[in-house]
Amino acid sequence: MENSVIEIIGAVLVLLGAIFLFLGALGLVRMPDVYNRIQAGTKASTLGTFLSLIGLLLIIPAWWGKLILLVIFILITNPVSSHVLARASYCIKVPMFKKTVVDKYKEDVVKLFKKDENND
Amino acid sequence: MLQIILAIFLGIIMLILAVIAVQNKNVVVAIIAAGAVSLFASVLYLLLAAPDVAMTEAAIGSGLSTIIFFYVLNKIKRQNG
Amino acid sequence: MVNTILTIAVVIMMLALMLTLYRFIKGPTASDRLISFDVMTVSSLSLIALIAKFSERIIYLDVALVYGLLSFLGVIIVARYFEKGI
Repeated sequence: MENSVIEIIGAVLVLLGAIFLFLGALGLVRMPDVYNRIQAGTKASTLGTFLSLIGLLLIIPAWWGKLILLVIFILITNPVSSHVLARASYCIKVPMFKKTVVDKYKEDVVKLFKKDENND
Repeated sequence: MLQIILAIFLGIIMLILAVIAVQNKNVVVAIIAAGAVSLFASVLYLLLAAPDVAMTEAAIGSGLSTIIFFYVLNKIKRQNG
Repeated sequence: MVNTILTIAVVIMMLALMLTLYRFIKGPTASDRLISFDVMTVSSLSLIALIAKFSERIIYLDVALVYGLLSFLGVIIVARYFEKGI
């Protein structure tokens, strides 16, 4: 069982990524409404997948091409999907948690509708 | 040993998702659960060392059938007013 | 040493999949289930990368790329249906 230091650092990074994935899933269970669940789940899962792929890159350096492609793909698509999800759940009027204090998106929606009416 | 445990775990997840897809009243939830069953079947095929079957299963079961289901659902909703 | 740590990581990812499955069963609205689907697919994407390391075949990473692309496509389609219809 002779491993170099780089491989052990990579394995610890993979373990850290798995822990972040677990914390994201825990936030998905514990949070009270849809928007908090989006914010807890997708950010933590993005960081977890990023860390585990980087750790795998340190363990096997010969696979760098496809691993870096996967990392760039994850970093582009996962925030886009969370943003689209939040916008869609606002559009179908999913109820907020009753202790929510501020809703900034409402003013922006009103402004956008006014601009559309002016254009028409 | 780890592969056997992982295969049993993925099978149990697929079974629970299939029960949700059959029993739930909401149509959108049923379609999402059917897509999730197909994605986990893809991981299971990958565990059985068949990457080409896994790729085809993910493309057809999750991509194409979900698009067709939502297209038809949209047409039905528009016809009923 | 490395294989032991990676086995522990696989077990923790299986626990995370179990928690997201709990939210999928319990969730009151359809949006909750969609978020749970998103987190579940991203978790199993890194599980696929670890399976590729254990069996030492680079072709499995191609499957991971297709898998990520199709889960993203599914989330976008359902969200567009929620917003204005496809």
